[in-house]
Amino acid sequence: MTRSLPVSGSLRNRLVLTLIGGAAVLALLLFFAVRNYATQVAQQGQDNILSASVASILDAATIREGKVEIDIPYASFSMLGTSSDDRVFYAIYQDEALLSGYSDLALVPVSSDRLGAFQTISFRREKVRLITASRTLIGRDGRTQIRVSVAQTQDELSGTLDQISRNAAIFGTGFFALAALLSFWATSTTIGQLNRLTTSVTRRGPQDLRPFEKPVPAEMAPLVTSLNSLMGRLNHSLSQSEDFIAEAAHRVRTPLATVRSYAEATLQRVEKEENRQAMRSMVRAIDESSRAAGQLLDHAMITFRADHLERQDIDLVELVQDLVMGLSPIAEMKDLELQLDSIGPATYSGDPILIQNAVRNLIDNALKYAPSESTVTIRVQGVPRAEIKVSDSGPGFPEDELGTLAARFTRGKNAEGTIGSGLGLTIAKDVAMAHGGELVLSNNVEGGACAVLSL
Amino acid sequence: MKFLLIEDNQELAHAILSRMRLDGHVIDHASNLGDASAFVETGEYDLILLDIMLPDGDGRSFLKQHRASDLHTPVIVLTARSQVSDRIGSLDLGADDYVTKPFDHAELEARCRAVLRRKAGKAQTVTELGGVVFDPVAGLLTVNGDKVTLRNRELRLLELLINAPGQVFSKNRLADRLFSYDEDASENAIEVYIGRLRKHLENSDLKITTLRGLGYRLEHDT
Repeated sequence: MTRSLPVSGSLRNRLVLTLIGGAAVLALLLFFAVRNYATQVAQQGQDNILSASVASILDAATIREGKVEIDIPYASFSMLGTSSDDRVFYAIYQDEALLSGYSDLALVPVSSDRLGAFQTISFRREKVRLITASRTLIGRDGRTQIRVSVAQTQDELSGTLDQISRNAAIFGTGFFALAALLSFWATSTTIGQLNRLTTSVTRRGPQDLRPFEKPVPAEMAPLVTSLNSLMGRLNHSLSQSEDFIAEAAHRVRTPLATVRSYAEATLQRVEKEENRQAMRSMVRAIDESSRAAGQLLDHAMITFRADHLERQDIDLVELVQDLVMGLSPIAEMKDLELQLDSIGPATYSGDPILIQNAVRNLIDNALKYAPSESTVTIRVQGVPRAEIKVSDSGPGFPEDELGTLAARFTRGKNAEGTIGSGLGLTIAKDVAMAHGGELVLSNNVEGGACAVLSL
Repeated sequence: MKFLLIEDNQELAHAILSRMRLDGHVIDHASNLGDASAFVETGEYDLILLDIMLPDGDGRSFLKQHRASDLHTPVIVLTARSQVSDRIGSLDLGADDYVTKPFDHAELEARCRAVLRRKAGKAQTVTELGGVVFDPVAGLLTVNGDKVTLRNRELRLLELLINAPGQVFSKNRLADRLFSYDEDASENAIEVYIGRLRKHLENSDLKITTLRGLGYRLEHDT
């Protein structure tokens, strides 16, 4: 039967994973890029206002009568007003001495090269944006340096950023979901083509070796082409070996038939008992070899058909009737009667050639071992189980060999002197097993063998 | 009986011809399909023995052609194949029966008789001798108007004796004809069948005499 193939991953999974992974990376990138850009833009806005505020304070610084005077304009802080009440801190220094503002803002170290630059620092346990700028005033007493720091908390900014992040996240997730959906769709369409090809290969009967002609995607064309060429070669070699078997059988059996006919004719003419004995042995040997050859070929064919069981509805009664009709001349020669009992109609779904072969072997056996002028009974039943029972009134099966007789090339102890190949019961058993049934051998209470082929 | 054998193998054909003629049958031989058609058109046969593999065509095409014509001569196919499918194929095409090579002539004869009986063949084979009418195809023996159906072995034994009245047949020879080669034919068995035939022939002018140490002979009282 079919052995399961070792599998190295799944194309579908690989494709889906790659596509979804790509989509996820893209979505993340998109999210961070959008957020980053938005942060920059928002920060830019705050920075612009802060620098305007600092500039307006510095502008207001003048030296009057040798003293620095700063009249902070209202707008300097009002321009910083936000809806979320961000707090504003400031500090004004004249030559490193605090003039006005929050003294602790001065504690924040400001490196001189950072002057005029923006910083984000932690002040009073809050994140603030700080700008420091300075201006040199020239008065009568010489020059003096004014430094102004303005800081603002970032509640409004972080609120805005949160909202942008949320939107970016929703956008990114949506993008990801859409991409994932698309990748599933694309994958199943691609794999679907493969599946369709697989189905059309599997649906074929075992004898169907025609090439595939339905259009396939360009990428699959090489596969289908090699498949077609493989089937072509298989078909060729199968038909060749079938022809070969037929030819071989013909070549072997025709000369055997010649020898047998001559031997029989000679037996009619010779009188001397030892010559007659030799002739008889010859005929027996011919029968033995031709029977073995036939059974071997039958057995090979049965093994092949059993592997690829093709079931069809069969009328078992009709099948057995045909067999009985075909075998009755042989039964007649031994003055045997073939009696067919059928209990109601018996239809069964199976391979008629296999079943016919199995039943023929069972009847053949019965005909061989039944004593002359007796009856061989064949009973066919359809329910509860399809069953064909062949029983005779011969010597029966040796009791201790009942379990082993159906093995290949095994012949009963009492079969000596009877022509046979030891394959008949094997064939019947193989056929029963191919149909999920069994071959049961037993002996009748009143004597004689009984073989039941149950399907 | 009158046979036509269609067989391309000369050796086998010769062997079959000599074996069949020994039994007193008339048999013609055609080695290809062309000859066969000519024979069938000119002669009247009881039975055609047809080989499936022939040089100038498949025997099956001959069968088809033969069935299409209005000749109804029964055909028994000689096949070298043992595959059941092939057998079924030839039966479907209109063969009346088949035998697988190499075949037992007794079996072939049994099959011929069965086919002829089925086809209600013309009773050309009836033998009349000493107030006895013997029809081997039907297996019927009529002695002074009383009909007896013979068993197959009785029939074959009588056929052998009645075809050669006066000839002595040894027990061994009779056993070889009556029993298949894988049966142990005891000499007693022959005596049983001879005894039965004697009983059937009681009221006729025929009798089977025993020649001690030699065998049996059918004699015709006049």
